[in-house]
Amino acid sequence: MTSARDEILARIRASLADVPADDETDVPWAYGQPRRTDDLLDLFEERVRDYGATVQRVTGHLGATVVEALLAHGVTSVVLPAGLDPAVVDAIAQAGIVIRGDTPALSRATLDETDAVVTTCAVAGAVTGTIVLDHGPGQGRRALSLVPDVHVCLVAADQVVSDVPEMVARMVPATRAGRPITWISGGSATSDIELSRVEGVHGPRTLHVLLV
Amino acid sequence: MSKRPVRPSNAHDADRLTPAPPPGRFLDSPTFPKQSKVELGNAVQRRNLYDAMRTIRTKRVGVTSEADDWEDLRLAGEAIKNRTLRHLDRYLLQLEESLTAAGSTVHWARDAEEANAIIVGLVNAALATPQGDQASAREVVKVKSMATQEIDMNEALEEAGIAAWETDLAELIVQLGHDRPSHILVPAIHRNRSEVRQIFLDEMGRYGRPAPDDLDSEPVNLAAAARLHLREKFLRAKVAISGANFAVAETGTLVVVESEGNGRMCLTLADTLISVVGIEKVIPSVADLEVFLQLLPRSSTAERMNPYTSFWTGPTDGDGPQATHVVLIDNGRTKVLADPVGRDALRCIRCSACINICPVYEKVGGHAYGSVYPGPIGAVLTPQLRGVASAVDASVPYASTLCGACVDVCPVRIPLPDLLVHMRHKVVEAKAHGRPHADDVAMRVTGKVLGSPGVWAATTKAISGTGAVLKKGRVDHFGPLPWPLSLWTNARDVPAPPNESFRAWYARTHHKDGSPR
Repeated sequence: MTSARDEILARIRASLADVPADDETDVPWAYGQPRRTDDLLDLFEERVRDYGATVQRVTGHLGATVVEALLAHGVTSVVLPAGLDPAVVDAIAQAGIVIRGDTPALSRATLDETDAVVTTCAVAGAVTGTIVLDHGPGQGRRALSLVPDVHVCLVAADQVVSDVPEMVARMVPATRAGRPITWISGGSATSDIELSRVEGVHGPRTLHVLLV
Repeated sequence: MSKRPVRPSNAHDADRLTPAPPPGRFLDSPTFPKQSKVELGNAVQRRNLYDAMRTIRTKRVGVTSEADDWEDLRLAGEAIKNRTLRHLDRYLLQLEESLTAAGSTVHWARDAEEANAIIVGLVNAALATPQGDQASAREVVKVKSMATQEIDMNEALEEAGIAAWETDLAELIVQLGHDRPSHILVPAIHRNRSEVRQIFLDEMGRYGRPAPDDLDSEPVNLAAAARLHLREKFLRAKVAISGANFAVAETGTLVVVESEGNGRMCLTLADTLISVVGIEKVIPSVADLEVFLQLLPRSSTAERMNPYTSFWTGPTDGDGPQATHVVLIDNGRTKVLADPVGRDALRCIRCSACINICPVYEKVGGHAYGSVYPGPIGAVLTPQLRGVASAVDASVPYASTLCGACVDVCPVRIPLPDLLVHMRHKVVEAKAHGRPHADDVAMRVTGKVLGSPGVWAATTKAISGTGAVLKKGRVDHFGPLPWPLSLWTNARDVPAPPNESFRAWYARTHHKDGSPR
C-alpha cells in the first residue's frame, strides 16, 4: 500500500507536469530594508498608543517608574522572569508587591492568580507599534507574558527599528535556533461582535510599554 | 428581527459532549440562488453585514494606502506563493525534514477522513498518558482554523467521545449557537449583540462556567463572559489543536496570526499541540514572513498589525507543549494544483478582503455558499476542492456579478473574476457530458444573430417595438418573465429596450455619405 505521504507527493508531481524542473519564479522584493520614517521613537509611541495601550518614556529612575506603572494598575503580585535588571527587581520588592519567580516553573493556577508580569523584549517596530519577544533572559517562557492580566514591557530605545522587514530580519537567528517568538501589538482585542472593537479578551488586557 | 430562532431545537444534544451543529452536510446544501432567497429574509444578518463590511473596507483602504510600497508587497506575495506552489513537492519535503529536525512529528493525510483518523488517534494517545493520578478530561481546546473546519474535525472528535472547544470568540458564539460560521474572519457576523447575549445565557452553563446572570449585551461584557468561560478550559488543557497561517520550509517554523490571545493560550498552555496544515501553507524562508506579516493584517482585520503573532519551531524545553505534531493535508489541493489556471487560488492566505468587498456576499451572507469558504474565494476554491458534482458547488461560480472589485484587494493578486469564469466553463462542461448545453445553444443562436447584418437588423427592430410598447405603459424594465426567460430574469431586472436601434437612429439622422441631416 502506498503511504499517504508518497501518494500526495506523486499527486503533486503529476499536477505540476507542466512546470519545468528549472523553473524559478523571481521574487521582486529587497528583503530586510528599513522603512524611511521620521523620528522612530515618536512614531513607535504614537502607534502603540493607537492600539489603546499605554506607552511612557522613562526619564527618571527605571525601578521607580516600573513600580508606579504596576501600582497604577492596582497590581499586588507580579511574576518576574530571570534576567531582569536587579535594580528593577529591588524597587518592586521594596514597594511591597509580592514577587513570584518562575524557577521552578509556576503552576498555571498560580500564574492565573498573579496580577502582572514585567519583561524586556528582543526588538520593537515603530510603524506597526509592535514589540517582539524571543523569550530570552528577562522575557521568560511564553505563559508568563500571557496569563497575568497586566504586562509591563521594557523597551530599550536602541531596540526600536522601523518596520516589519527589520523586525523579521532581527528574529531570523532566534527562529533558526528554534526559539519561540511572540509578536505583540497592543493588548488582546476582538472585533467579533458586530465588528465593534473590544480591547481585552484572553491575553493581558493591559499592556504598558516603558521606553527606556 | 431575525425570523430564525436563536437556537434551533436539537433532540440529540443530551447524548453529546458539545453543542450540535445544524443537521445536514455542506455538500447537500441547496443551490446558491435558492438559499440566497432564505438568507435575504434575515434582517439581522443584512443589517450587520451592511455596517460591518462598510467599516472594514474603509479601514482597509486606510491601512493599505498608508504603506507606500503596497503594490510591490502584493507582487512579492504573489511571487513567493507561485515560487513555492510550482515546486510544492520540493518545499514540502524540506518542511518535513525541518519539522522533524526541530522535534515535531509529521503526518500526511490524503483527505478529511484520513486527517480526522490521525487526529483522533493522536488525541487519544495524548489523553491516555498518565497526568498525575487525575484522569484527563476527554477534551481539546482549539485555535480558530479553516483547515479543521474544512475537514469537519469537531464532529469527528465528538464521535470519538472527545469534546473540541472553540476558543475564538466568534467561533465560540457559532458553536454555542448550534450554528455555522458565515465568514472566514468574523464567523459570527450574522449575529447581533442581543442574540450573542441570549446564546451565552442559554448555553454557557451547559458546557462549563455559566455566563453571569446580569450579563448585558455590551460587546465588552460579552467578551469578558467568554474570557471567564474559557479560562478554566485553557488552564486545564492537555491537548490543543491549531491550524497555521504559514509553515516555513527552511526552519520548520509554524506561524499563527490572531487577535484575542486564545491562540497563544492553546499554543502555550497545552502539553500536546496538534497543528492541521494545508499543504499550500508552506513558504520557503523565515525572511519571506516580512512580506506576509505586512500583507495579511492590513488585508484581513485592516490593522497595521494584529495583536498577537506566534512562531514555534518544534517543542521548546520548559516552555509550552512538549509534543508537537503537524498533520499535512491534501483534501483536494492537489486537484486544484493540477489545473494550471485554477491553481492560482492556492495562493490564498485566507485574509477575507475579497469577501468583505463582494457586493453579492454583503447582501446574502456566508451561509448560502454551502461551504466553510464563502465569497469570491469560496466560489472558486470550493468547487475545485470538492468538484462540481453537487448542486451547490455547480451554482457558486455564478454567485458573482464579475465586477472585479475582489481582484484589486487580493493581497496575493488571485485573478478571482477570471477564475470565476473558468469555473463556470468547468460547470458547463461537466453538465453537458458532451451533449450541447442550454448555454451552448444560447451562444450559438447569439452567434447567428450577431453574425448576419440582416438577421441583426430584423432582431433589433422587433426588440425596439417591445420597448415602445413598454414605455407607453411607463415601464422602464422587465421584471420576472415566464420560463425559460425566468432563468435569467429571476435574479435580474432587464432594462426596457430603446425605441430605436443605433442603426435606425443613424439612418434617420444622417445622409448616406455620413454627413448629419
